[in-house]
Amino acid sequence: MGQYGIGQPVRRKEDVRLLTGKGSYTDDVNFDGQVWAAFVRSPQAHAKILSIDTSAAKAAPGVVAVFTGSDMKADGVGTLITDVEFKDLAGKDMFRPKRDFMTIDRVRFVGEMVAVVLAETQAQAKAGAELVMVDYDALPAVGSTAFAAASNSPVIWEEHGSNVGVHWENRPEAEIEAHMAKAKTRVVVDIVNNRVVPNPMEPRCAVAKWDNDELTIYAPTQGGRRIQQGLAKIVMNLPADKVRVISADVGGGFGIRGKLYPELGVVSWATRKIGRPVKWRGDRSETFVSDYHGRDQINHAELGLDANGRVVALKVWTIVNCGAYFAENGPRLPINGGGRIIPGVYDIENFYFSVKPVLSNTVPTDTYRGAGRPEANFLMERLMDAAADATGLARDEIRRRNVIRQDQMPYRTQMGMLIDSGDFIGNMDMAMKAADWAGFEARRAESAKRGKLRGIGLSNFVEPSGGRPTEEMRIQVTPEGKAVVYAGTHSHGQGHETVWAQLIQTFLGIPFENVSLIQGDTKIMPKEAAGTFGSRSSWMGGVGLQRSAKRIVEKGTKIAANLMQAEPEKVSFDAGVFSAGTSSVTLAEVAKASYELKNLPDGVEPGLDESYFLKRDPEEFNYPNGTHVIEVEVDPDLGKIEMLNYIAVDDCGKVLNPFIVHGQVYGGVAQGIGQAMTEMTVYDDEGQLVTGSFMDYGMPRAHHLSMIDALFNEVPCKTNDLGVKGAGEAGACGAPGAFVSAVCDALKGFGIRHIDMPLTPDRVWTAIQKAKAAKAA
Amino acid sequence: MLINVNMTINGKAVSGQVEARTLLVEFIRDHQKLTGTHVGCDTTQCGCCTVHVDGKAVKSCTMLAVQASGKEILTIEGLAKADGTLHPVQEAFREHHGLQCGFCTPGMVMVGVDICRRHPNADEQTVRHELEGNICRCTGYQGIVEAIVDASAKMAGGQA
Repeated sequence: MGQYGIGQPVRRKEDVRLLTGKGSYTDDVNFDGQVWAAFVRSPQAHAKILSIDTSAAKAAPGVVAVFTGSDMKADGVGTLITDVEFKDLAGKDMFRPKRDFMTIDRVRFVGEMVAVVLAETQAQAKAGAELVMVDYDALPAVGSTAFAAASNSPVIWEEHGSNVGVHWENRPEAEIEAHMAKAKTRVVVDIVNNRVVPNPMEPRCAVAKWDNDELTIYAPTQGGRRIQQGLAKIVMNLPADKVRVISADVGGGFGIRGKLYPELGVVSWATRKIGRPVKWRGDRSETFVSDYHGRDQINHAELGLDANGRVVALKVWTIVNCGAYFAENGPRLPINGGGRIIPGVYDIENFYFSVKPVLSNTVPTDTYRGAGRPEANFLMERLMDAAADATGLARDEIRRRNVIRQDQMPYRTQMGMLIDSGDFIGNMDMAMKAADWAGFEARRAESAKRGKLRGIGLSNFVEPSGGRPTEEMRIQVTPEGKAVVYAGTHSHGQGHETVWAQLIQTFLGIPFENVSLIQGDTKIMPKEAAGTFGSRSSWMGGVGLQRSAKRIVEKGTKIAANLMQAEPEKVSFDAGVFSAGTSSVTLAEVAKASYELKNLPDGVEPGLDESYFLKRDPEEFNYPNGTHVIEVEVDPDLGKIEMLNYIAVDDCGKVLNPFIVHGQVYGGVAQGIGQAMTEMTVYDDEGQLVTGSFMDYGMPRAHHLSMIDALFNEVPCKTNDLGVKGAGEAGACGAPGAFVSAVCDALKGFGIRHIDMPLTPDRVWTAIQKAKAAKAA
Repeated sequence: MLINVNMTINGKAVSGQVEARTLLVEFIRDHQKLTGTHVGCDTTQCGCCTVHVDGKAVKSCTMLAVQASGKEILTIEGLAKADGTLHPVQEAFREHHGLQCGFCTPGMVMVGVDICRRHPNADEQTVRHELEGNICRCTGYQGIVEAIVDASAKMAGGQA
């Protein structure tokens, strides 16, 4: 296998192309005769639409057409997907508001689309959009999560009579209170898990073309098959094979690029309507109010402990702000998307869990890196820190007493998940040693001499990965002996071009440089392609390739036997060579022969081209886990936090390429630190997004972060043949808890035990001033 | 009213007629079809559009095409040698995993070259602060910082 096999830190194949400006992103695509689309977006958070006057826009220079939601509805276009159903304990269904591709008589968030203007140039389309006169009758708005759930808030959907979509509970609370009552110590935490704007660096974009009764649309997606099916069925009323979605290079996904957004529907419908290609490119200010947001929860939780610091019961109440509509996965995230891992790495037998997804006048929320799991792990880690305070045990000791031990695995959680493997104590030991936890007090004292407050924090996490339970991968061996992978997965930064080639070299002995990847085109990708999200590709794509490769070898064996005039049972395969006794043929020779009928045994079809449709138990996941430790210094006069050191110990199972997995960890950590330190999404009471650009919204920059030392505590997964676990979302799960723990450790002299994220200088400084004032009083 | 502009892009003399409001990045991408330079925001924050104007890193979304008339422009497409040999900064990005999705990459590389020019043997903190105007969402900046520190040392040592 040498330097390109599984486990090697192979440099990426895709890099030279991307480093020399030869990437192919959606905005690089243009067609002759295309028109540009600009959307008229609501400046109101909540209002009735009394009228829409498009006459001035239609008369403007270069404007080709102006359409509203009514025009689409008249053509039979349906509503967007909410792919979620939950019931309360009494069996009552969740409320499911319908969302039109462009709203017709009511706007429910700032940025919601009201009309589209098509013009010869982008500037003309934007100028035309300014001329569409919408008469709004403003209504009271709900901008905050807490207010949305309050009894006195305006109701956004009158037909439901409440902003709460469903009150979901895992069981009656009284059952768990019975156990809680026996606790010696009860700790309570109230925390806000702040809303974040995912912001992949490529703004959303789409180019649609209607040609020969078929739709082709270029857009940044995380796979495209589901978007193809949605467009075909809901918008175009066509069979799916008449819709082609192409996503070549995609500038970041993070969960939110996998959705059927309304803009995709509008440009698809419009290109057929006017018979010209239609292009839309979102400005960043536009994607801030139209890309789905992430997180946004309020959690209240109570933990009961016995005299030994062992947890006897846990109760959690979660309110999640889903925005104006339930997006594809909105209410799923805190419930069975990621939230159901809530007891986390801890062995907790008695667990009550209540979730209220609420509607508000904000952008809908959906999957964002971790999708419920960062929220769940953050909550558990804040509870553990609070438990440490209440019991007087050290922060690591309270965790050690409660983590699931290896001898308890496979471990069935209260929410029914089966954790197959993980070394949670080992993670803590490794991380604390690497961080020199034992020597911390000396460093704290040194910082104090300089007037700085030093703190150290740790966070454990576990996060079910795998996403949807099916995937299809195909390997074609060409007559030249090269391999082409047709992937159902989709790489948008994860380096699949490299890793899939490593796997093919390992499984089939085809040289790394002779493997190419085809992905992101619904016309040629495997029929059952699902895509890349939920840290699923190493498992679903990797094992899919492994099984496809096995089929290549099985078929190749028959052909090789024929070529060598040997019994198929006597033929063995190793490193690209079929052997029987003293004879041998290479896979390349077999591939060439496979395309000539005379070489084929009876019943064997020509070609060497195999795919595998991988299906797993939908309730089966893998469980990446780890411990992250961070050290910070706080300037008490400014409230400014400096990140000094970060140790990430991750169990991602078998590591296929440590170079790439490290990259996933660094990126996840940066998004976690961003949420914890800089990223604040602010809606005012009128529902206006105050932080609507990179000027206002705190994207983490290079100077906010320190180097991250990423270590592996590799425990192979037992439920898949490659032993892999996910990697993409681990950092976002580990970082927030460790960060807040470290800052609160630094501020413990003030008695500050929690500050809600993001821990901006303003919030930290204010907390310090309040603590000082309280002490003085 | 259209205005004539003339400039050199990647060593080639080019000219065109633009509106007064046409941005340099629009001239590069739409008129010259050099799509390696990207647009990631509308407030001069992200740096995806960074190019060199007379040897200095400039955000091409914040300069008019007419302002660039008569100047020498270098974009990501012009950085590697004609035989395909990567610039030391490009090579360092590859070696240190300085890119994932690749969208911020052209801007990062162009600003990285400028940092190396101004700071031979740049240290980590210098590079982190110099990257204030460039945003990456994928890498946590780790590989980017390592790459620029490494390239800066190599270029200062004459290894480039």
